[in-house]
Amino acid sequence: MNKPKAPAKTRTLKVDALARVEGEGALYVRVKGGEIQDIKFRIFEPPRFFEAFLRGRMYSDVPDITARICGICPMAYIMGASQAMEDALGVTVTGPLRDLRRISYCGEWIESHVLHAAMLHAPDFLGLDDAIQIAAKNPALVEKALRLKKLGNSLLEVIGGRSIHPVNLKVGGFWGTPRKEKLRALIPELEWGIQASIELTQAFAGFDFPDFEYDYTCVSLRHPDEYAICEGRIVSNRGLDIPLTQFFDHFDEEHVRHSNALHGFAKEGPANYLVGPNARYNNNYSQLSALAKRTAKEAGLGKVCNNPYQSLLIRMIETLYACEEALRLVKAYEEPDASCVQVTAKKGVGYGCTEAPRGICFHHYRLDREGRVELARIVPPTAQNQKQIEEDLRHVVAHNLDMPDDKLTLRCEQTIRNYDPCISCATHFLKLTVERE
Amino acid sequence: MAPARKKPRLAVWKFSSCDGCQLSLLDCEDELLAVLGEVEIGYFLEATRARIAGPYDVSLVEGSVTTPEEVERIVHIRKQSRVLITIGACATAGGIQALRNFKDVTSFIHAVYAHPEYIETLSHASPIQDFVPVDFELRGCPISKEQLLELLNATLNGRKPNVPTYSQCIECKRQGTVCVMVSQGQPCLGPVTQAGCGNVCPSCERGCFGCFGPKETPNTASLSKQLAAHGMGKRQIKHFYRGFTANAEAFRRESEAHE
Ligand code: SF4
Ligand code: SF4
Ligand code: SF4
Repeated sequence: MNKPKAPAKTRTLKVDALARVEGEGALYVRVKGGEIQDIKFRIFEPPRFFEAFLRGRMYSDVPDITARICGICPMAYIMGASQAMEDALGVTVTGPLRDLRRISYCGEWIESHVLHAAMLHAPDFLGLDDAIQIAAKNPALVEKALRLKKLGNSLLEVIGGRSIHPVNLKVGGFWGTPRKEKLRALIPELEWGIQASIELTQAFAGFDFPDFEYDYTCVSLRHPDEYAICEGRIVSNRGLDIPLTQFFDHFDEEHVRHSNALHGFAKEGPANYLVGPNARYNNNYSQLSALAKRTAKEAGLGKVCNNPYQSLLIRMIETLYACEEALRLVKAYEEPDASCVQVTAKKGVGYGCTEAPRGICFHHYRLDREGRVELARIVPPTAQNQKQIEEDLRHVVAHNLDMPDDKLTLRCEQTIRNYDPCISCATHFLKLTVERE
Repeated sequence: MAPARKKPRLAVWKFSSCDGCQLSLLDCEDELLAVLGEVEIGYFLEATRARIAGPYDVSLVEGSVTTPEEVERIVHIRKQSRVLITIGACATAGGIQALRNFKDVTSFIHAVYAHPEYIETLSHASPIQDFVPVDFELRGCPISKEQLLELLNATLNGRKPNVPTYSQCIECKRQGTVCVMVSQGQPCLGPVTQAGCGNVCPSCERGCFGCFGPKETPNTASLSKQLAAHGMGKRQIKHFYRGFTANAEAFRRESEAHE
């Protein structure tokens, strides 16, 4: 609505909160003569100072504490921190313990991907407010999604003790290892999960995905033997291939005035880059299972996908993959003799990085002689995607300037939800302000 | 025709937090649609865009107060809420971000941000009850979904929720979990921590680290003696109490006694 008091030709549109996104944010756009003059995506989740208060804590406290950065993907913090500490202290976790970590991370992918795709993102494509409204029309679909999400949580509970902020993982492995029967009991549900993931992918493949593509710089992990989840080298579709130790030679974060979330940037080439499902898929497609590839193809996806809205489909493909992978590892699981590798505190420097559901989550720590944290750096996926989110929004707004304000707001929210729900690691509010001069 | 019973209006609010406690509600997969059928969602950003103006019958509040803006917001929410329930260690004790309360927050700002002048924050992370009256506090980092369902059920039916205030140790005994402190010499905060998580850590062969906060009348001094006898040094004991409910009175005092 034109407010009578507003200066001539300036229109301000305010949407005070961005829903179904974890964290608080606002979008400000200034348009003049049909051109975008300024665009700022702002996160005003209050700062929580994790990196500061970790100083002086024992290395062993760090995984549990950093888990509280995000309740939706705690594993990314638990495992990233654990592996960084193991790197610093000179131990490696292999065999069944490594497999258990991968199974529990598959659990987090399933739980988070289904929550994100089916419960939080899908309503956008149906013009609905939420999954409850989907349930009113198609209860079977929502029930299937809930059951699949629950499967992810069950994997986390059986291995980690609970689904949100699991307690059973630690530097070196686990406090106690799960009994074989308890894991094997999940086999029928995992088999169901594979089928359910395919059906949900098919159901979502019919969505009207906005016509938008971007030539992304895709950054992800890559592992020689497996679709990278828990470890690997950092690679890009532009030829980057580096060990974790070189991360800060190529990437860093900056503090911009308009946001509490630090903005990650690439040091060479364009500053913005993409992490997350599309980046992983584009970089590591060949390592997906045959069934995942076939399902992707049937859903209309190529080997490379540069439509950010289709991240919803890729999340479901990765859910399928995670069910298959967890099934494979669960079937092969034999109880190990020891629940963890012995770790001795000492001075050291360590790096860790895993593929959180929303992209690479990078950890770096320096420990003193007693194994206490001297320095901590955590670069979560959302920080790394900030510039790319702004860039996507710039294009979306530029291409849709003739859309009515309410529709444009929706489209912007939907665009952010391609990435989120996950602004709490940085940071719930999209306040969209469009100033048209 | 008899008029349809008016459904109670529920709101879920977030302050400084990780979203894990709100997620606990979405994680009630088997009960979620039934619960949502019993209420009208007035505000719940993690789940829906739909928004209905207050007043609200029940407000669930997650997170601690860490900015001047949050102080204003909680007062406003209290005014609009008939029953206000805080969920999780952040909302009931300040949460992990309350670790700032033991240090000078400006040093933290400088440690994390290149431009401290852009940052607006309070020197303390505080529980909701420091600012407004709270009707019920649900503990945990995160809360237990079973307890949340019990609490919602009780609140919607106007009865008292069945939430224990005794210690984790009682839970170990009830469940037949072998004591990790006695059998493995592991440090455990269970004797001074409120039960309710479902005995999570001891069942994983791990000592409790106090995420449900202090139980009623905790004898922390006596536990600290035992921890010291197990070989924990002063700093270790201090940090043990300084976890997810560091700012809860009993734990704060005991940690300060080990400065
Ligand atoms: S209490 Fe723990 S789980 Fe709940 S919001 Fe706070 S940090 Fe997250
Ligand atoms: S394990 Fe901990 S909570 Fe359980 S009985 Fe022993 S001391 Fe108490
Ligand atoms: S045992 Fe203690 S630390 Fe573990 S989940 Fe329960 S209350 Fe939290």
